[in-house]
Amino acid sequence: MDGSANLLINAIVSGLLLGGFYAAVSVGIAISFGLLDIVNIAHPAFILLGSYAAFVGNTVFGIDPILSSVIALPVFYLLGMLSYQVYYVAFERRDDQSLRGLSFFFGLLFITEVVLVLTFGVDYRTVQAPYIGPSISLGLFDLPLRLLVPFLVAMVMVVGLQIFLSRTFIGRAVQAVAQDQGALRLMAADPVKIKRIAFGLSIATAALAGACLIIIQPVEPSIGREYIGRVFAIVVLGGLGSFPGMVIAAMTLGIAESLTATFFGPSWAPAVAFGILLITLAVRPSGILGR
Amino acid sequence: MASLVDKTAVAAAPGLRGLPFTLVLIAIGVAIFAIGRWYNNSYAFFMAYVVAQYIVLGTAWNILGGYTGYVNFGVTAFFAIGAYSTVVLHKLIPAMPLPVMILIGGSLAGLVGIGTGYLTLRLRGVFFSIATLALAVVVQTLITNWDFVGGARGAYVLRPRVAPLIGGEYVQYLFLLMLGMCVIVLATARAIERSALGYGFAAIRDDEAAAEASGVPTLRLKLIATGLSGGFMGMAGAPLPFYVTYLDPASGFSLNYAVNAIAMPLIGGTGSWLGPVIGAVLVGGLQEYLRVTISSAVNVLVAGVLMVTFVILAPQGIVGLFQKRKR
Repeated sequence: MDGSANLLINAIVSGLLLGGFYAAVSVGIAISFGLLDIVNIAHPAFILLGSYAAFVGNTVFGIDPILSSVIALPVFYLLGMLSYQVYYVAFERRDDQSLRGLSFFFGLLFITEVVLVLTFGVDYRTVQAPYIGPSISLGLFDLPLRLLVPFLVAMVMVVGLQIFLSRTFIGRAVQAVAQDQGALRLMAADPVKIKRIAFGLSIATAALAGACLIIIQPVEPSIGREYIGRVFAIVVLGGLGSFPGMVIAAMTLGIAESLTATFFGPSWAPAVAFGILLITLAVRPSGILGR
Repeated sequence: MASLVDKTAVAAAPGLRGLPFTLVLIAIGVAIFAIGRWYNNSYAFFMAYVVAQYIVLGTAWNILGGYTGYVNFGVTAFFAIGAYSTVVLHKLIPAMPLPVMILIGGSLAGLVGIGTGYLTLRLRGVFFSIATLALAVVVQTLITNWDFVGGARGAYVLRPRVAPLIGGEYVQYLFLLMLGMCVIVLATARAIERSALGYGFAAIRDDEAAAEASGVPTLRLKLIATGLSGGFMGMAGAPLPFYVTYLDPASGFSLNYAVNAIAMPLIGGTGSWLGPVIGAVLVGGLQEYLRVTISSAVNVLVAGVLMVTFVILAPQGIVGLFQKRKR
């Protein structure tokens, strides 16, 4: 078989797997930005916190990175509820989301980064797990477990959240908040409480996504910034708040980046997301599966 | 430092408009520079340069952020475009005078601002903010992959030993240029505030749909604001290679510049030209003090923590606190 065709197939497969992981990174933004209309640009910082939680669980206690992030889930959920409460009191209630609300999250992003630098230093950190390293060979292409495991975790998380949002009472209430807050209030439900729960969930996804991140690549405090362009490109391209659209967009970006990295060099990959974001905003701001 | 605060007090006096205001700014600038020459301490010049740079960056950010309400997170992109255009120009034409480089760097950054704005400013404001965040990453990627300006390794720029025209150390010349930019950017900001342009900006900030409906050409005004804001940021970045003498993507695109440029107007107050000046002098001074006394890691944290504190507790900034007291 021709070498470049082989390269192409492998690039597409790893792009698909990478795209699955990107869906895990973006699902929190799909909830906060897509459904709640809270532009949480600090989300990548929470993902890095998740990575370092997995790192601490793995190196200090010797627990599997994904298991340690599952243990950390409640903490992240509470952290998210707390952040939303501050955001609501200081900005949403004053109707001052755009200038100061955005700056608030930007400040959180920066503070988290600096605190992580002060705590863990600027060295790259990795975790140990049996599935980091080996890969399954399927003749035509290889499936690196390092990418496959995060992909599976991501899919379980996204599908689980989709079922939660469409089947449970609270999940439907979250979707109702996205559509019409006033109507929800007339139904005697408290939109602030629902949003607090939903934002807590969106931050909780960052714990798992963070564990996936540190499995896929070594982590240092400033790489969160690379993900800002990615997650927003994915969520906007997917059509704010639509989970299936988000997954499609994530895989598209994953493949596009993987092809760019294979044929032009990995240092060009971060620019792909920005290109996709700009084109989407300029041509079809409602995304591929937009409402 | 004290003289900078005096400047704001003088200029806030009633009855000064347009030209007199600019003349007063120039007089204060000359006075500050004269004091510096008399004091003749190169550390003082290096420090004052940083504060002046943040006055320009903060005011530039405020022209878009404070006046129209559109948040630009990509300060580093515009700043670095200015800085790297100097690196390129210096390599191509070593004899080119720095003020020309500043103009070219500023124009380039302004054009990038208009381009980004043209693609995203028709949408809700958050999309513009997100696009600027991504812009910073993309410009950094481009520079990192561009070998001519040193790529990821960085570029060295030799600082001439003696300043042209004025003599003395070269940093004095850099500081003088930055002071000049302070005068230009502050005079522009104040002129905008008191002109039809400023009222148009305020209308966009308060209710864009209503402004559009009343015949305010919102897109054109937003593009003007983005171009001016980005251009001034590029100008502020243009002398940077001569200041640091070694410029690499990691330091040129440091998030500190963005955080400081956003934090300073928000801390000082976004409503008027005075806010960014107060913010830059206070926060810039405090950071320098902490850098010397504690550590450089803590000094970058200060701007972020202060910014979050101010947006939550004092949304109108320091200027707002004083205005409230007056009433």
